[in-house]
Amino acid sequence: MSEDTAAVAAQKRERSPAVRQSGASGLLGSAAGRNAGLVVALVLLCIGGVVTAGDRFADVDNLLTILRLAAVIGVVSVGMTFVITGGGIDLSVGAIVALSSVWATTLATQGIANNTHWIVIVFTALVVGGACGLVNGVLIAYGRVVAFIATLASLAAARGLAEIISNRKTQIVNVPGFAAFFDASVLGVPVLVVIFALVAAGGWVLLNRTTFGRRTFAVGGNPEAARLAGIDVRRHTVWLYTLLGLCCGLAAVMLVARTTTGSATHGGLYELDAIAAVVIGGTLLTGGRGTIAGTVFGVLIFTTLSNVFTLNNLSISAQAVAKGAIIVVAVLLQQRLARRT
Amino acid sequence: MTAAALLSVRGLVKRFPGVTALQGVDFEVRAGEVHCLLGQNGAGKSTLIKVLSGAHRPDEGEISWRGEVVSFGNPTAAMRSGVAAIYQELDLVAGLSVADNVFLGHELSTAGFTRRAQQRRRTRALLDRLGHPDIAPDRDVGRLSVAHQQVVSMARALSLDGQLLIMDEPSAVLDPDEVRVLFGIIRELTAQGVAVVYISHRLAEIREIGDRVTVLKDGRTVATGLSARETKTSELIGLMTGRVLNNVFPQRKPVDPAAPEVLVVRGLADGDRFAGVDLTVHAGEVVGLAGLVGSGRSEILETVYGARKAAEGTVEVDGRKLRRGSVGAAVRAGLGLCPEERKSQGLLLDQAVYRNITVSSMSSFARFGFLDDRAERARSTKLTETLDVRPAGVDRVVRGLSGGNQQKVVLARWLLRECRVLLLDEPTRGVDVGARSEIYELIRELADSGVAVVVVSSDVEEVLGLSDRVLVVREGRVVHDGPADEIDESRVLDLVMEGHAA
Ligand SMILES: Nc1ncnc2c1ncn2[C@@H]1O[C@H](COP(=O)(O)OP(=O)(O)OP(=O)(O)O)[C@@H](O)[C@H]1O
Ligand SMILES: [Mg+2]
Repeated sequence: MSEDTAAVAAQKRERSPAVRQSGASGLLGSAAGRNAGLVVALVLLCIGGVVTAGDRFADVDNLLTILRLAAVIGVVSVGMTFVITGGGIDLSVGAIVALSSVWATTLATQGIANNTHWIVIVFTALVVGGACGLVNGVLIAYGRVVAFIATLASLAAARGLAEIISNRKTQIVNVPGFAAFFDASVLGVPVLVVIFALVAAGGWVLLNRTTFGRRTFAVGGNPEAARLAGIDVRRHTVWLYTLLGLCCGLAAVMLVARTTTGSATHGGLYELDAIAAVVIGGTLLTGGRGTIAGTVFGVLIFTTLSNVFTLNNLSISAQAVAKGAIIVVAVLLQQRLARRT
Repeated sequence: MTAAALLSVRGLVKRFPGVTALQGVDFEVRAGEVHCLLGQNGAGKSTLIKVLSGAHRPDEGEISWRGEVVSFGNPTAAMRSGVAAIYQELDLVAGLSVADNVFLGHELSTAGFTRRAQQRRRTRALLDRLGHPDIAPDRDVGRLSVAHQQVVSMARALSLDGQLLIMDEPSAVLDPDEVRVLFGIIRELTAQGVAVVYISHRLAEIREIGDRVTVLKDGRTVATGLSARETKTSELIGLMTGRVLNNVFPQRKPVDPAAPEVLVVRGLADGDRFAGVDLTVHAGEVVGLAGLVGSGRSEILETVYGARKAAEGTVEVDGRKLRRGSVGAAVRAGLGLCPEERKSQGLLLDQAVYRNITVSSMSSFARFGFLDDRAERARSTKLTETLDVRPAGVDRVVRGLSGGNQQKVVLARWLLRECRVLLLDEPTRGVDVGARSEIYELIRELADSGVAVVVVSSDVEEVLGLSDRVLVVREGRVVHDGPADEIDESRVLDLVMEGHAA
């Protein structure tokens, strides 16, 4: 007990001067402070929403819409946090979501689902997503292809495959049990949001409380040191991408449920949204440092931003500009942080 | 203040978040002298020289340079005034050539165009002077060994033609004969009136090259202007540590001849750096590998550990052959390797001390994959106390620790893991005298509990004092294998150097 409190005190001692040192970036610097910065950003956005859109923004249905939108990209972003913390990157997430959504909604799959159980759809999407992640991981870890290139290739291949399977048509889902399950609410909270919350909580525990998470930090922080310390860096890398692939599969299920369709165009630009959310949250792009809570805030900030813009009838293009600006500011702050420590 | 003082420092204070690294340092350096800085790990030596060379700004205090109070805002300003520094942690830019690194920040140029040919020539001359015609000015610095990088750092400092040359543990990665060359250069420079500030944990070096000594303890000057030759060792150690140290090396117990052979290496070769290496280590035995930097000792250890692929030969642990080139297999068989380069191969710099220590033994703190970080902290705290890691606190980020303390953290990792065979590559590089004897004690205890230990060290005294048996490696071959008490330092040096010193 006393030891823990001593440790906490030591941490506080270390942190507080940093906070005093340089206003905003210092505040964003310390772990608690960084999330505080995100909270402030989110609150500002909400105030902006209330001021500009009034009741249309501050409406329970609207807030639930924001959360439902955030849920899908949120699940992908949690997986992405692991990959980036482990020193990698994955550009193929959107394509994997599309492929999983298509594969899980073919007439054949739906037929089996209708004859047996709707869980078949979920299962198919997870298997497809996990397999794509596995392929990425093996290419990167054992094939020694640079992550950027390997996943760029997967992006192209997975989307192409999705188009072939779906014949570029939108596949409507007609499996009653499936729709009923995912459209439901638990105590007023939509199932999609509950799933996101569970994934985020699970991700936090996995990253911060388990050997898997600790290895992820080690592999991302210094792969050579991790290898010499006896960690199987390659196998771990495969696991990281597979985990992200599974998250994509799950996100595909959620997207299919929300839109009642599977399509090769699903998940467009998810890679950018997910990476942006992760980086805004404070995970270091170079690996070795990562935070799930930050990622969740990053996702919420982006989704709220889109919502406020849409309510004000501002164009998608204006949204893109605002997103870009937020990313640049976040990265600048991160760099200042990295230089100081 | 003497008129001859080139540099004088008064009441210097430097604070880092959570730590006051310097809390009142006074000393002065005269032209033409070699002024040694002594102090335990974390005493503030490196911080002091970073302040002097403009890399850090002091929070309080005064620096006078040739009688005028100055404040160097950045290293370039210090360089222009004639202060050159070789830092403990190498500061070269990988990806640039040797010559580019030597002249980085003070390029030779005409109208904005660098004169590359001339830079190359000057670099060539400097490297030759340092006894290294083997380093090509065009090589990418990132591809050089650490020892060669150190030489490049020295060439860089010499290229500045300063009046004050500051060297932070330059000998830590050098061979005895390279140290001799270095000392020759230092003598030349001081004869020309250049002053040198020299940091080392090896008292023998300070005796040989130093004129005066300043001792730092916990960021304060505790003694200054002592004679480097006449001051008694016990006095110096007393000043540094505040305690008396009688025996640096622990007592050896005779190895039980019937003890089982734990590690058996036969005919190991990597097809490049070494060949035909035989090595047998019994339970409870400490075997030392002596040899020059670059003679292949580290490569041998890494190959035994599976981190490099063997071309020929076998490694057996407890009679079972290990799969080649697999760290996983080696770790499962109970091998541990404390690597040579703490920064690139050992540490997770941005992570807490305790996480660095437990990273190799996580499974013993985990239940169903969930870590018990309270237990991790408790065990790490105990180890860091034994090794005297300063400042205390296992939640600190490793990057903020001094070089020697970082080394202790890497070592703690392997002392914590219960290994059958422990391979230690330069375990005490940059570690102060006091902590070194604690480390030797721990290594001995491990051996006495039945662990087989292999130690690589450039410090011949350490190899002889710590080991039961000594192997001498020269150019990738084992040229001697025998009990440690049947060989002395000069004989080892002869074997090491044979055919080398030209
Ligand atoms: N960048 C930094 N941030 C925080 N603390 C630091 C930093 N640099 C040094 N320190 C602290 O300052 C103190 C002095 O460190 P310094 O590196 O000067 O020691 P040293 O005498 O050179 O030790 P060694 O013999 O191990 O090299 C240590 O307590 C160290 O933890
Ligand atoms: Mg130092």
